[in-house]
Parts: sequence; structure tokens; C-alpha cells
Amino acid sequence: MKSLLKHRLAWPVIALAALLLLNQVFRPDFLSLRMQDGHLYGSLIDIMRNGAPTILIALGMTLVIATRGIDLSVGAVVAIAGAASCAYIAASPEPGSPVTAATAVLIAVIAGLALGIWNGFLVSTIGVQPIIATLVLMTAGRGIAQLITGGQIISVSNDPYKSIGAGYLLTLPISILITAAVFILAAVLTRRTALGTLIEAVGINPVASRLAGLRSRNIIWIVYVFSAVCAAIAGLMISSNVTAADANNAGLYIEMDAILAVVIGGTSLAGGRYTLVGTVVGAFIIQTLTTTVYTLGIPPEVTLVFKALVVITVCLLQAPKARNLLSSLKAAPKPAAKEKVAI
Amino acid sequence: MSPLTTLTPLTVKKPSPARNRLRGGARYAPTLATVGLFIAMFAVGSGMYPSFLSGQVFLNLFIDNTFLIVLAVGMTFVILTGGIDLSVGAVVALSMMVSATLLQQGWNAGAIIVLVLLIGGGLGLLMGLIIQYFDIQPFIVTLAGMFLARGLCYVISLDSIPVTEGFFTGMAQAQIPLPGDLFVSPGVLLALGIVAIAFFVLHHTRFGRTVYAIGGNEHSAMLMGLPVKSTKILVYALSGLCSAVAGILFSFYSLSGYSLAAQGMELDAIAAVVIGGTLLTGGTGYVLGSVVGVLVLGIVQTFIAYDGTLSSWWTKIVIGGLLLVFILLQRLFARKTR
Repeated sequence: MKSLLKHRLAWPVIALAALLLLNQVFRPDFLSLRMQDGHLYGSLIDIMRNGAPTILIALGMTLVIATRGIDLSVGAVVAIAGAASCAYIAASPEPGSPVTAATAVLIAVIAGLALGIWNGFLVSTIGVQPIIATLVLMTAGRGIAQLITGGQIISVSNDPYKSIGAGYLLTLPISILITAAVFILAAVLTRRTALGTLIEAVGINPVASRLAGLRSRNIIWIVYVFSAVCAAIAGLMISSNVTAADANNAGLYIEMDAILAVVIGGTSLAGGRYTLVGTVVGAFIIQTLTTTVYTLGIPPEVTLVFKALVVITVCLLQAPKARNLLSSLKAAPKPAAKEKVAI
Repeated sequence: MSPLTTLTPLTVKKPSPARNRLRGGARYAPTLATVGLFIAMFAVGSGMYPSFLSGQVFLNLFIDNTFLIVLAVGMTFVILTGGIDLSVGAVVALSMMVSATLLQQGWNAGAIIVLVLLIGGGLGLLMGLIIQYFDIQPFIVTLAGMFLARGLCYVISLDSIPVTEGFFTGMAQAQIPLPGDLFVSPGVLLALGIVAIAFFVLHHTRFGRTVYAIGGNEHSAMLMGLPVKSTKILVYALSGLCSAVAGILFSFYSLSGYSLAAQGMELDAIAAVVIGGTLLTGGTGYVLGSVVGVLVLGIVQTFIAYDGTLSSWWTKIVIGGLLLVFILLQRLFARKTR
């Protein structure tokens, strides 16, 4: 039991289980799933579907944070990707055809690639601190998205495009399947190859890993591109779910949710060791929180206060200092030498 | 007086005078570049629009941005220690909501202002304590603070509340005449007063030197026996206090309280500080630079207002572009001094 509690995923999983249990107590049919018209329905499916964009972005963010970086621009990338694809569909001669939808997806992914390369260039080649390098795109990005949409909300009606965010395949929402595919891809690519170790090496000590012959620049570049592409796909999901591109509000504050998901999941902002599973659990916690607010009948305007309190509680529980305090009853271990944490 | 004051001449003496001058020059360079940029933008504006070149246009930059100046002052302290405060925009909104609601219920304006300052300072203090004693990153703690403050706004009210109380409307309408048919608002004097105090505190007190020392190297600062803990906590309390003042100034300016107000203002404040030449890694920067940073952001908006054909989103793109230019400039200077 003790060793289980010491596992890095223990607290996030306990928090998630507690939240789900709380919901189950207040609404006995909460955990039940039902089939209707060949689709699975239920609160759990809703949580997963609504959380899909956040999970996707948080996956990219995990790798960025593992290299001691941070990507603030993901919300802007969401807006740009949605704006670009919807603007293309709206302007194309056949706004309803699958080919148009496919091209729109391609455009969004290419936009994500380009923006990721830009962020990676600033961080790895120019050597700008990640937080400022991505702040540039965070600030300018929404402006660019508005430039693309002309300040309007562009609505599109294209069934294949709509299915990305709202469609079903094999009884499951397509957005969940896409997110699962990206998760498996990221997990296999980083854990079955040396890439994951290299990313952690860069995060733990960039100088040492460079001296050890690692091309840390390329690694850093890869994670920013991956993060931006994830954000672009999330942008597709969000815009397709409402069949419109809203340059102002699409993905607003999603970078904050994603960063929180990563931190709650147990990956330190100081870089180094990361856990993709933890991130997914963290994202579920955040999404379940929103659902819990509705289940408990808490007025929606209190959601943010509730979220703030849970976030700070989970962070406090995870903080090594708080844990030391808890275990100091038994023995007083010397706190490890503090390293300056760069964000 | 303090051990530091007696030490300062020694540390200054070490490098040869010529090298010292060069280093000093490089230290001021980013801020001077910002001043140069501001003058250039003002000159270009005056060339393009005849009415641009007036003292009042210049003063309006202050009048329209009092709250941002105060926010940037608080943010400069936090960033100088190597931290960040994402909660400022939400605290501004909370201050506005609290004052608008209580004014509506007939509270005394002075009591409200004191209460708002206590809330802002208290929230900042709380965040500082958590950051220091639980060793959680400032980014996360102030993000939670942002959620909390914004959430409390929603709890108070989802509607926009107008402010009709005498003192607030008086402050909104008051104009302090200056020679040459010019005027400023009382808020400008308050903001400039805060800048002056911040300047004095940063450059002429032990607290200010400790702020710079922490940003330079927290570990060394601790080994030197500086009060690192209390300074770090105080810096966040100070930023919270500045946010509350900014909230009151914004109430004077907009005469309302709205839970969605000041969204993204934390980014404007951070951008102003960075454009003003403060390094986000901490240790280097000037509060006066941040003020010029705010003026640069203000002049971008004035430009777009004067042009009339450019849409509002160009503001964001230009600010992003400016950020980029200044970051690259800083990299350049950082390499040269190394």
C-alpha cells in the first residue's frame, strides 16, 4: 500500500477516482453507458469527448515541458488552424465535398507544422527562453487568426469536416479515437525508441546532453513542432464541433488547462522526467471537474473558483515540501538542495 | 548603513573604468532602444498625421493607460526576481467588481478603496506564501490565483454594474490643467507617483537590491544572507497591491464593473515589461523601462485609431512583432556582454 501511494501517478489517480465517485454518489447513473443508434452515450463518453482537445494539446505540452520548455502559443494555434480550415472551406467552390474537407485538414496541419517550426526556431536556434518565444505567437496568433477570418465568425457546412469533432466511428466519437491514436503514437515513438530518453536528457541538463553528443537543438525542434501539430488538430476538432471558426474564443485559455493537466499529472515544470499517462489523467481531472460542477448542482459561475481550489489542492499534495511536512512526524529528512526552477 | 551599501563601491571598482562604461552601456541598451523606438514612432506618427504631434496626444497615452502602468510596475518587481504573475488581469477585474458592487450598496468610497487594496494585497501575499513555502512554480500558483479571482468575479455578478457614485465619477471627469492648454487625469498623477516610489524602492533601498540579487542568482543571494524568503513573498504581495490599485484606476476610467473586464491584461503587462527591457530570467531591467514599454503599446493603439482603416487585430500582431524584435535585440546584447 505504501509503495503504491509513493507511485508518481498515485495522487492524480486518487483525485480522479474521488471526483468520479463523488459524481456517482450524487447521480447513480453517472458511470453507466448506454447504446443508442449504434453510438455509445454516457457521462464518461461526454467527459472524454469534451476533453479530447485538451488531452491532445496536453500531450504535446508534456513533451515540451519535459525539455524544460513551455508552449503558451497553443491556444493561438488552435484559433489559426480553425480559422484557416474554415476560411478555406467557406471560400472553396464545393464547400460540402469530402475533398474540400481533406484539403482543409491538410491546411490546418501544415499551418500547425509551420507555427511549430517557428517556435522551435526561436527556442533552439536563437536560444530565446521558451516562455517568451511562445508568448510572441500567443499575442500575435489571435491577431493572425482574426486577419484570416476578417474578424467574422466563419460558419461552414461540410459533413465530413463536421465528423472530426462531432462524428462517430465504431460506436465511439471520432475525436476520442483521434486523441487515442495520437497518444499511442506519442507513447510508442518516445518510449519504444530512444527519443523519450533523449527528451528527458535535454530537460534534465541541456548542456550536459549537448556535450554528450546529443543534438539537443533537433530534439527541442521536434517537441515544439509536435506540440503545434497537436494544437492544430485540436483546433480542427473545436471548429468542427461547432462548424464555425471563432478567432477570438476558440481555444481561449486552453494553454492554461493543458499546462495544468501536465502538472497535475505529475510532470514537473522544471523538465526531465515526464509521464504521458499522467497527463491524460490530469486532463480527465480538469474535464471531470467541470462536469462535477453541473452534477452537484453548483451554479456554473462558481466553476472557476472550484477549479482553482482543486488545482491548488492537488498541486499542494504533490509538492515535495508538503509531503515532507506530512512525513516529518516520523523522521525529519533533510530537504534536497533546491535547484532554481526556470519556467 | 547596510552591509550592501558599503560593499557597492568595491564591486563597482573591480572592472577597469573603460570596460565598466561599456558594460553599463550594454545594460541600458534594451531600455534605450525602447525609448528610441518610442520617439521614432511618435515622429512617424507626426509625419503622417498633422494632429499627432501634440502634447495632449502624448499625455493621452498616460491617461488611457494609467492602470497598465501600475500593473507593469508590479510585474517588473516580480519578473526581476525571476518569477511571473499571471493573476494581475483577474485581480483588476475583481477589484472593479468589488468596488462597483459595494458602491451600488451605498458603501463609502474610501472604505471600499481600502478594502480592495487589502483584497489585492492579501491575494498576492497568499500566492507568495504558497510559492515560497511549498516550492510550487509561480506560473502555476498565479494561474490558480487567476482562476480564483476571475471565478470570484463571476460569483459576484455576471452582469456589468455601472458606477454612479460621486467620488468615482468625479475622479473620472476631473482634469488637472497643465501649462499650454494641456491636462492630465488625477489617475496619471497617482500612477506616476507609484512609478516614482517603485523607482526609489528598487534603486535606493535594501529591498530593491535584494530583488535584483534574487533575480541574478537566488542561491548566491541566500548565501549572502539576504532576506530571500520574505522578499520573494513581498514581491507577489506588491504585485497584488498594484493590481488592486490598477483595478481602482480602471474603475475611474471605465466607471463600471464587469466580470469579463481586463481579460488578457496580464499579457499586456508582461509584454510592456519585456519591451521595456527587463529580462524574463530576472535580475536585469528598470521600472522606467516598463513605463516606456506601456507607452509603446499605447502608441501602437493610437496609431491604429488614427489610421482608421486598420482593424483592431493589427494591434495584437504589431505587439507580437515588437515583442519578437525586442527579444532578438536582448539576445544580441546578451551575447555581446558575455
